[in-house]
Amino acid sequence: MEARRGWRAVPKVRHVGFFTPNEPPPPARTQSGPPDSNSPPLSNSPAGNSLSPVMIPPPRHLSDNLAHRATSPLPVPETSAFRRPIPGGDRVAVVGSYNPTDSMLGASPPLTSPSSRIGDGEFSEESSPGWFRRSNSAKFASSFPGGGFDLTSIKSSETLEVEVKKPVEVPGPNIAEKSGVAGAELQTESQSSSKPLKAKTTKAERRALQESQRAAKAAAKGEATGKPAISSEGAATSKPVKQQPSRKKDALPAATSVAASDRKGVDRPPEKERKKEVPPPRMQFDDKNRVEKAKKRAVVNQTEARNRVELFRHLPQYERGSQLPDLESKFFLLDPMHPAVYKVGLQYLAGDISGGNARCIAMLQAFQEVIKDYSTPPEKSLTRDLTAKVGSYVSFLIECRPLSMSMGNAIRFLKNRIAKLPLSLSESEAKESLCSDINRFINEKIVLADKVIVRHAASKVRDGDVLLTYGSSCVVEMILLYAHELGKQFRVVIVDSRPKLEGQALLRRLVAKGLNCTYTHINAVSYIMHEVTRVFLGASSVLSNGTVYSRVGTACVAMVAHAFRVPVLICCEAYKFHERVQLDSICSNELGDPDAIAKASGRMDVNYVDNLANKENLQLLNLMYDATPLEYISMIVTDYGMIPPTSVPVIVREYRREHLWI
Amino acid sequence: MPDVQALVNDFLNKLKKRKIEGSQATSRQTAELLRSVISQQRVPYNNQAGALIDAVKAVGEQLIAANPVELAVGNIVRRVLHIIREEDLSLTTAAMAGLNLSAVSDDEDDEERDDLPVLSAAVVAAAARSTLRPPSLQTLLEDMPDSAAIPHTSSSGGDSEGKSKSADKSSRSRKLKHDVIEAVNELIQDITTCHEQIAEQAVEHIHQNEVILTLGSSRTVLEFLCAAKEKKRSFRVFVAEGAPRYQGHLLAKELVARGLQTTLITDSAVFAMISRVNMVIVGAHAVMANGGVIAPVGLNMVALAAQKHAVPFVVLAGSHKLCPLYPHNPEVLLNELRSPSELLDFGEFSDCLDFRSVTGSPLLHVVNPTFDYVPPSLLVCSSLTRCLELRWKENVDGEILEILAQFITSC
Repeated sequence: MEARRGWRAVPKVRHVGFFTPNEPPPPARTQSGPPDSNSPPLSNSPAGNSLSPVMIPPPRHLSDNLAHRATSPLPVPETSAFRRPIPGGDRVAVVGSYNPTDSMLGASPPLTSPSSRIGDGEFSEESSPGWFRRSNSAKFASSFPGGGFDLTSIKSSETLEVEVKKPVEVPGPNIAEKSGVAGAELQTESQSSSKPLKAKTTKAERRALQESQRAAKAAAKGEATGKPAISSEGAATSKPVKQQPSRKKDALPAATSVAASDRKGVDRPPEKERKKEVPPPRMQFDDKNRVEKAKKRAVVNQTEARNRVELFRHLPQYERGSQLPDLESKFFLLDPMHPAVYKVGLQYLAGDISGGNARCIAMLQAFQEVIKDYSTPPEKSLTRDLTAKVGSYVSFLIECRPLSMSMGNAIRFLKNRIAKLPLSLSESEAKESLCSDINRFINEKIVLADKVIVRHAASKVRDGDVLLTYGSSCVVEMILLYAHELGKQFRVVIVDSRPKLEGQALLRRLVAKGLNCTYTHINAVSYIMHEVTRVFLGASSVLSNGTVYSRVGTACVAMVAHAFRVPVLICCEAYKFHERVQLDSICSNELGDPDAIAKASGRMDVNYVDNLANKENLQLLNLMYDATPLEYISMIVTDYGMIPPTSVPVIVREYRREHLWI
Repeated sequence: MPDVQALVNDFLNKLKKRKIEGSQATSRQTAELLRSVISQQRVPYNNQAGALIDAVKAVGEQLIAANPVELAVGNIVRRVLHIIREEDLSLTTAAMAGLNLSAVSDDEDDEERDDLPVLSAAVVAAAARSTLRPPSLQTLLEDMPDSAAIPHTSSSGGDSEGKSKSADKSSRSRKLKHDVIEAVNELIQDITTCHEQIAEQAVEHIHQNEVILTLGSSRTVLEFLCAAKEKKRSFRVFVAEGAPRYQGHLLAKELVARGLQTTLITDSAVFAMISRVNMVIVGAHAVMANGGVIAPVGLNMVALAAQKHAVPFVVLAGSHKLCPLYPHNPEVLLNELRSPSELLDFGEFSDCLDFRSVTGSPLLHVVNPTFDYVPPSLLVCSSLTRCLELRWKENVDGEILEILAQFITSC
């Protein structure tokens, strides 16, 4: 209903938009049937005033669906029209163009007739989720690395546009080209022109989406007040039915029924989804009851550290020394634990795997193993059982080492995929599809994303630059090496800090490759900053208030760079973005092994506090992360391009769905 | 004389080899050395002050050149010079007072006479001021009349004294040296007790339940915190370890031994923690004339973080650390690079440290500076031995520098 209202409203907005002068007709159009899709013009209006109705979530009817789908293509012609100098003629042209595109994209076979949809599975998959389109688009783009990649590199700055464009192109070869008219239209319009327009559409759509979500949220709130927050798992399991059809590759047996369920789901989802999307509050370790409960379940031996830091009581502080051997000895006792997960857990605990990407990949691969070896127990459904299983593994991994936010995102993605498995799939097919999903996630979100980031960032390296980096970030390392390969002449300053001294490993690798390096400690950062021209930093996560959550010390480096007017570039894959907001480094953090503080590696003469470990007064605090406020950051380089830190919420909002649905 | 020379050489060696750690030790030893120089110096009849000043200057210049980064040496030399002039001045005034009585009766020189009353008035006033207060560092730093006048007076005093009896002369010369040595002793005393003097103020600045952050180790800071602890204040201290020297570990150890709640953190965690800190208290290497502070490496970062979170940044410094020089490019010129071995294990990195790289220049540089310069704009407030407005007129070259260093405690 709300959606409808939104639509009505649209025309008005459109009026206001920059389009208006030459355009009186729009309102009339909107009223006309399919024309809802016409809203596209709306979408064109600047993001600010557009509350485009377009994207309001689930379509009620097929026709609605159609309209929605249409929306996405619409922008293309519209934009072109926009660009054209002649206003009057444009209009007509636009409309015309619009229709074809519409037909090309979705209208063609599947939507109009369910039967046809059944027929061509491949097709239906893409086209059926008309309202989905936008979110999917990103996925498509990413799934076709080659095309998307090039484009991005070409116009690095227009990330959004590129991104948007990709979807069009991608399906293009299969669908668009086939359904001739539209394709022709597209081609006639210069691609470049069409793209930016599209971007605009998405903006508008985004707006609409936001609106709708807000409304849904409000509604959900009203309903849900009584209910306790649903854990993400629960919600996920309950939901699977809703949207599965859209995503599934395999033909749906009863298309109509599916469609119905789809519709239903579509109607409801917003509320549930909203609830689910609110991340459950993190475990607070000063909450005695919960800690006790957690302990009973715990696999890893958790004895409270003796000298806990008062300020960080809300974080787990356990004795470290005994955990690893203890866990190792339990290897054969842990029945339910899959060996792959177990191995990864051990590696986390021992610190053999560190770095956000490495940990995330290791975890996902372990889950892949799990899924391969999985067989649904009798009288259980794969969806539920597997979700529960993954949940238990995750909590085991958390005991080994708290998850990073990027891993949280990955898990969310996986659970979503599981939840959305169509019931119709056989077990082997389901497993197959999950494994390929995981692979795709790793490839697109991490490996390819890194490549894109490297391309973007390397464009910011000039001859004669002095680049400073802190700690050891694998993306930054790739950037440096890539720029070096390109033959750029620059120096690297590696700033390091205790206790991990990760910079030394980086230093060794870079020097081995022939880069000119300077190595120093974080304390000397203000000494060395005079000569630095750019600062490249990695990040563990980027939060939606623009805060960068990263290896402890990053904030110091960024701060000093800011004070010396040196630009700070944060390199971070978009899957690490998180909608959470954090104001300081204390409320949420991770504590490392306190004993590492007492000993200075490689410095035998430093052992002042060794024998004091048991003193009550002395606490050793080994913080792992800190939060860099947004004002110190000049730019964030992501796989969607280079954005200012203030745009993080846009990326988060815009691509969250994509992350989940890939 | 020869043994003094030996002492001087020995000290020079120590300075050059950086064997002396910390400006307090340096300044104390400098003062002691200068004391022995003065005591060994044979004083001529005329112009004893001039002779002393020359001797001290000669030694002082060597000392300063031996370790230009250790500003405390220069400070102490200047201080001693100042003492000599001041003592000479006060003696002259005393003599002048006697002279004046006689001058009325026997006319000598018109010029002199014109000059004298004015001069003597100022001199007497100054002397009166300096005698009225207990002799201490504070009075030494007090506002003084133009020091250019001092050599003049001393010479004129010497001249006029030439006319007085020889017995008087010898006693006076001995008296000057004696006075100077006395005053230098006081200076040494002041330097050795500066910690306590600073620590006395601790209670005024640290209140209950405060959270204090410090970096590295400084005896002053240690005493300061302990003094507050002894006054039954309970507070907690975050100590950043101050890599690569890890002095923070030492400080933490001391603090723990004295029963303070101490948390040891890495330097990189400073920014993370500072949002929960009420005050940053650190030591300094030297305080420059513009109010900037030369401090152990890492403090600029801490000062920036403190400024960002509006946390008072307090620098504790004995007055021997006040330096009348203006810093010029202090990060480079007033800094020292220490051995890379503190950062990198040479054994481990021997392959990377190979200098026979393709281009002939090494690929790997290691930077390990000792000091940081904290510009005055970052000092939310800086607290000193004496929280005073200091006016300083001294210079090794006899050139007059008027320096106004204003330090205000406002926390």
